Amino acid sequence: MSLNRRHFLLAGSALGGGLLIGWGAMRPRQLLGEAALLPVEAGEIALNAWLKIAADGIVTVAVPRAEMGQGVYTALPMLVAEELAAPWASLRAEQAPIASVYGNVTVMVDAAPLDEHDHGLLAGAMRWTLERVGRVLAVQVTGGSTSVRDAWLPMRSAGAAARDMLARAAAARLGVPVAEIEADAGRMVHPATRRSLAYGELAADAARLDPPDAITLRAPAAWRLLGRPLPRTDLAAKTDGSAVFGIDVRQAGTVYVSLRTAPVVGGSLAQYDRVALEARPGVIAVVPMADALAVAGRTWWHAEQALQAVPPSFDPGEHGALSSDDIFAAFGAALDAGDGSAYEDRGDALGELHDADVLRAEYRAPMLAHACMEPMNCTVRLHEGAAEIWLGNQAPDLMRRIAATALDLDEAKVRVHTPLLGGGFGRRAEPDVMLRAIEIARAIPDQAVQLVYSREEDLQHDTYRPPALARFAARLDTRGRLHAWHNHVACPSVSKAVLGRAFPGLPLAGPDKTNLEGAMFLPYAVPHRRVAHSTVPIVPPVGFWRSVGHSFNAFFTECFMDELAGAAARDPIEFRLEHLAARPRERHVLELLRDLSDWNEPSAPGTARGVALHGSFHSIVGQVAEVSIDNGEIVVQRVTCVVDCGQVVNPDIVIAQMESGIVFGLTAALYGDVRIAAGRVQQWNFPDYRMLTLGEAPPIETHIVVSGAPPGGVGEPGTPPIAPAVANALAALTGQRQRALPLRAPG
Amino acid sequence: MTFTLAINGREYLVESEPEVPLLWILRDVLGLTGTKFGCGVAACGACTVHVDGRAMRTCTLPVAAVADKTITTIEGLDDAVGTALRAAWLSHQVPQCGYCQSGMLMSAAALLATQPRPSDAEIDRTLTNICRCGTYQRIRRAIHAAAATLGGAA
Ligand code: FES
Ligand code: FES
Repeated sequence: MSLNRRHFLLAGSALGGGLLIGWGAMRPRQLLGEAALLPVEAGEIALNAWLKIAADGIVTVAVPRAEMGQGVYTALPMLVAEELAAPWASLRAEQAPIASVYGNVTVMVDAAPLDEHDHGLLAGAMRWTLERVGRVLAVQVTGGSTSVRDAWLPMRSAGAAARDMLARAAAARLGVPVAEIEADAGRMVHPATRRSLAYGELAADAARLDPPDAITLRAPAAWRLLGRPLPRTDLAAKTDGSAVFGIDVRQAGTVYVSLRTAPVVGGSLAQYDRVALEARPGVIAVVPMADALAVAGRTWWHAEQALQAVPPSFDPGEHGALSSDDIFAAFGAALDAGDGSAYEDRGDALGELHDADVLRAEYRAPMLAHACMEPMNCTVRLHEGAAEIWLGNQAPDLMRRIAATALDLDEAKVRVHTPLLGGGFGRRAEPDVMLRAIEIARAIPDQAVQLVYSREEDLQHDTYRPPALARFAARLDTRGRLHAWHNHVACPSVSKAVLGRAFPGLPLAGPDKTNLEGAMFLPYAVPHRRVAHSTVPIVPPVGFWRSVGHSFNAFFTECFMDELAGAAARDPIEFRLEHLAARPRERHVLELLRDLSDWNEPSAPGTARGVALHGSFHSIVGQVAEVSIDNGEIVVQRVTCVVDCGQVVNPDIVIAQMESGIVFGLTAALYGDVRIAAGRVQQWNFPDYRMLTLGEAPPIETHIVVSGAPPGGVGEPGTPPIAPAVANALAALTGQRQRALPLRAPG
Repeated sequence: MTFTLAINGREYLVESEPEVPLLWILRDVLGLTGTKFGCGVAACGACTVHVDGRAMRTCTLPVAAVADKTITTIEGLDDAVGTALRAAWLSHQVPQCGYCQSGMLMSAAALLATQPRPSDAEIDRTLTNICRCGTYQRIRRAIHAAAATLGGAA
């Protein structure tokens, strides 16, 4: 038996005894990796590619994903620590190097446009194939809320294998059979003779042993760490200023660079005054590029001031007249032009939707920026035919490959460091900032060059969450149940945009599930359902943005569900439940949400509640928002959130991610709107790209459902439901249905 | 010009034009990178430090304005209030990405120094810093917790 996804699923739902894993076709080293991969300091011994043990018993785990706030420096070491039987206080996290053993297979499997609940042969074959592809490509991506799911088997196995090696080392040292050795809190104990050895004393011996032929993972009932709200490993450094983000990288002799990019996509640098720029205080170098001008300074402020004092001019190129309205007009035309390509087509939705009693609605969502708190930046040093790059990024191996290609260097000559990320949200999966920094560094060789985007550059040169336009038609039967549902969405393809930038020249054809994720395979029963998509490319670059297609499709579908509940004269939660007979997990989330949010109690005068339910990244989240209007602004008074993310590794991180996802989604729902006029982004900085603040943030109560399902994602699933929950509350409060984001207070 | 800056109990001699914002002196000249750049227009609070005990946004604060003043950055926030806040930040597991948290802690410390038992409304008014990770409700709880710890001694 090979270690494949089935084991992964089994591991998550193992009942009773521990799960025995034979390596079989997948040799241990493929999963455990070579210990030699890990850089070690004096006294540290690596037992495989995932962990090393120091003489004092400190266990350092190589985390193959980027820490961008979502807690991977804690959740993934917990997987190792559980099986290793190491005390939590002895665990440390460290960024893993680049190696194929750390590749993210799950993100590849998830790329299939499949219903999570489809366990048929065809779906199985597709997943199997993608898993193979994933292992070969071994892309070290942090994204798609896959970190725990992907690490669930390998990192527990790494801990278990190391434990086994330490036990054998202890048995040899104590001269007893290994079966008599027990692992306990960082020591190997021989209870019969009351002797014990610390892991730190055994690591060197253990490292000389082969990994075991088979391991037994602990059964959930025996877990000591998993499922507990253990403190994060990365927080102390985040409270005393010592945490190092990409922007904090300091190398001797660093020059600091600011940039002006052509404000219109496809524009070019027209004029700049080199002499005047070089005469500005603190200016070290002026670097013109085809569509941008960079200035290097003694400090970043000197560089930026020079650009403000002596601004370059740009030719707009061919898109100088583009507006947001043009983009939506193109979407509308695409929806008018045909039925699009269907990702889901059951029954005869089109045939059933010709009658007069069809409900129709059109929804839209705007373009959005990521606005990571840490502005985009990258530090590069080119020296003696080698490159060293410091980049907060979500895909270091891809970055290395892209950098090597750009520099025409062997990949071995390119070193990519991944410091902490001050927010990622999909933005830091992009190579554009690094390529810019490389271009500038070529003009300033042998020196560390730190490019930092001003907030204005950061907002105006993003890879945006695409705008989208959706049309619905639906019909209820005589009992008020959904009979036919047709949803047609127009937007650009995010995957093609991202992959096209990451792999230039890759032929990109075929469907892109990211456009319709969250619109297709909805849990609600309906005999006739068609969900189709028209790809409409747009000029501004688009990219992954926390929850991607779910971020707009959940708004569209869950608002339209509320409209249908209204048409059926049913309570919104009851209406949804009536369509979830075959979906116990969704039902349970909704029923719990109804109770916990006091749904059936009258809300305070001047307030109303709205609900939304949405599954994404193998988790199900329901939210109820309670909303009022005060002083002409929408105020969200309270949010109740219920999440079923299957097996929970760290419940406090799950709660934190729900809170985070809700604030992120609420910020977008209330304020987010990147608009294009005269070809350029109109928003400049936080004053006009507004962010939710502490005083505006509602209290959020999160409840975790224990469902026994395999682990689901948590970084993104909290985001999609909040916009429709608030929109539905607003409709209940005002009697007016808003079908566009951001939401506006009436009047 | 040469400025003498008193930062975290140490004196630094800095050669600079008078208009350079303190933020960039801290980050790019002195290497004190705990103070963050977020917007450059005094709109996010990531660059907050204490100048004579008051919270100031340093991205728009010229270095000439802070010579002869006492400056405390996150690296030097180790008085009773700072210690209590840090402990509360950890027990409430506040930070996520962490990028905004230096500014949040500095703002919270300045608030507690003048208002040992702040109300929710006072916290709302003072903590106008932006956190893109949405740690707001934990920040509120942690401030109350730190205030309770400190108040216990008073
Ligand atoms: S960087 Fe100073 S307030 Fe944003
Ligand atoms: S913790 Fe990430 S911005 Fe606040």
